[in-house]
Parts: sequence; C-alpha cells; structure tokens
Amino acid sequence: MSGSGSLIEPLWEVFVRSRRGLSHVHVGSLHAPDATMALRNARDVYTRRQEGVSIWVVPAADITASSPDEKDEFFDPAGDKVYRHPTFYQVPEGVDHL
Amino acid sequence: MLALMDSFQATIDADGRIEPRDAMPEGYRKTLIRQIAQHAHSEIIGMQPEGNWISRTPSLRRKAILMAKVQDEAGHGLYLYAAAETLGVDRAELLDLLHAGKQKYSSIFNYPTLTWADIGAIGWLVDGAAIVNQVPLCRCSYGPYARAMVRVCKEESFHQRQGFEILHTLCNGTEAQKAMAQDALDRWWWPSLMMFGPPDASSTHSEQSMAWGIKRHSNDELRQRFVDMTVPQADVLGIRVPDDGLRYDEETGHYSFTQPDFTELYEVVKGNGPCNEQRLAHRVKAHEDGAWVREAAAAYAGKQAQKKASAA
Repeated sequence: MSGSGSLIEPLWEVFVRSRRGLSHVHVGSLHAPDATMALRNARDVYTRRQEGVSIWVVPAADITASSPDEKDEFFDPAGDKVYRHPTFYQVPEGVDHL
Repeated sequence: MLALMDSFQATIDADGRIEPRDAMPEGYRKTLIRQIAQHAHSEIIGMQPEGNWISRTPSLRRKAILMAKVQDEAGHGLYLYAAAETLGVDRAELLDLLHAGKQKYSSIFNYPTLTWADIGAIGWLVDGAAIVNQVPLCRCSYGPYARAMVRVCKEESFHQRQGFEILHTLCNGTEAQKAMAQDALDRWWWPSLMMFGPPDASSTHSEQSMAWGIKRHSNDELRQRFVDMTVPQADVLGIRVPDDGLRYDEETGHYSFTQPDFTELYEVVKGNGPCNEQRLAHRVKAHEDGAWVREAAAAYAGKQAQKKASAA
C-alpha cells in the first residue's frame, strides 16, 4: 500500500467572509496541492450552506504568529495604559454626547 | 515549564479554552488526538452504511438529500482532521493508523443497512445519539475541537430530521412499510444505546477527561438523556422501542430502561462486529483507488509552479 504520507499536500488556512460588510474570519484548514485546489476544496468543505460570499486561502507555513509562551511580555505594554479607554475619564453630571 | 503548566491548569479551572500552541500536559494532547481522530474516522467510515443506499433511494428527492448528508459526513471528517492537526499530528498519519487498524471508529458503523428504513433509523437514532454526545463537546476545553463541533452540530440536526421524516413516511404507509420501520428500530435501538460507551463504573478514560474539560457529562447521563428524548418520538411514529423494561417514572421524570448488552459492544470494538472487515477494506480500497487523483493534482501543481517560476 502506498502510504498516505507519500504525497504531502501543503496545509492551507481558510478564511470566509460570511456576507458583504463583514471581514473574513478564520474557519479552519485543509490540505491541497495548490492554491486553486485549496479554494475549490474550501468552498466544498466550508461553504456547503451558503456560509460565505468570499474565501481566502493562505499557506499555513506563511503565517507568522506571536508565541503563546511570551504572551505576557508581548502584550504587557498595553496593560498599564487604561487611559486609552473612554471609561478612564470622569465626565461631570449633565454633560451629554461626550 | 512549570509556570506554563500552571497557566494550563488555571485556564482549565477558569473554564477557559486551550489553543493550539499553548503548553499542555502530554496526556491532554494524546487524549485529544485519540478522541478527535476516532471521531474523524467515524465520520468518514459512517459514509459507507448510508452510501450503500444512494443508488436505491425511493425517489429523486431522497437521493439528493442522502447525497448531501453523506457529503456532510465527509465534511465533518475534514473539520475534525483539521482540528487534530493543530495538535501536531498529520492527517496522512492518522489515516495510516486507521487503515492499519491501530485507531478505532465508532462501533455503530459496523452494523449493516439492510433496508431503506435503516437509513431513516440511522438519521433518527444514530445521528440523534451523536447530537446528544456532541452538543456538550461544543464547550470542550480545546478550542479547535469545540469550534469544529459547533459546525458539526448545526449540520447534524438536518441529518436527524431527514431520518425521522423517512420513518414517519414509512409509518404512515402500508403495513409492510410500517413493519420495515419497526424492524429497523428493533435492530438499531441497542447499538444506538451503546454509542454512549460503557457504563460509568467501567469507563476507562472518563474521569481524567472530565477533569480536563474535554468531557462534560458521563456516559450514563448522556444515555439517559437520549432515551428521554427518543421514546416520545417513537410514540409519535407509532412504533415500539424493543425494551420490555421501558417505563416512564413519574417521580424522576425520566424513563427507566434496560441497559444494552455491553459484551456485544466490546466484541464489536474488538473487531467482531458484522461489518468490521468490510468497512475497513472498503476504506483502504477507496484510499488506494484515489491515489492517482492525488498524484495528478500534485503533478499539475508542480507544473504550474514551474511555469510561474520560469515566467518570472
């Protein structure tokens, strides 16, 4: 038996825009030999019930991601800047539309 | 590393979700790979008993529906293989393990579909039981598995309804058709109850899986839920659940019922069910027969990449 491992098809991450006005959202991944097949497979696997009006496929190997190991250090700088949120500010009684 | 494991436990304790590249105990990873792979294998093996009737459906409408359902099962398999791959295994590797008999799939698919009514019974009972098992998995602690289950559950409810509709039609047909529906219920009832796994007292993986938030309810709890849900539906169909011990308990609000013969379950798991050999052989053959498609697609992709490179 020719092992299924003999042909390695690259992994693609799939993003679907569910309707106009919304951004593409990650829905899962799949294997395909090339981008065209990846798109077709993505249509068949992830939009069988009209879940999308547009699909992106991205080679999984090309995604650069932040590391979960250093998530504290990486996101720390935003932690002490509560003044970036409108709720940080006190608004006097009677002031509207602010 | 210790601190990372603390963060794993803290996430679990807070009922948070573990995501692919988070640190996790090896046992957690292994349990999930085993469970998700087994689940994925069940979806694609599950295409066979139903595929058996695509060419013999009683109408074009039923054929279109059954094809859509079998296609869904393939899709569910793919969602699940994709979720398993986020744990660092390769789909090809999992398929090899299935083909070598080293990973299991749900025992229910080792029973044959003898009549058209069996297609109804599979949708109603087997997919019904699957839904009871799968809805709590939408809250599983592992993010990619939970998200895959949300998609699967949405699609399963069509499966269950189409099955019920098939039986409802048969039950309102001729005497022979109704008898066919009854026969299907007689044969599928016990294997469906077995789908929830061994009784809690002898379930090997349950306790740790509960602690890790992979499993949310015990096998017996889910089995009870299934019986409570299904018996009134059988009453609507007008066919009889083949259990002399079945009765509604006014006090508890639940049905008490006879447990299935779990030695049968263990036998089927061991490979001694009516269709184990046939299912696996068919799966391996389908995979081998499809090799030329994968090879052609890879060759085409290679050629296109070369063309692109030389044009640049």
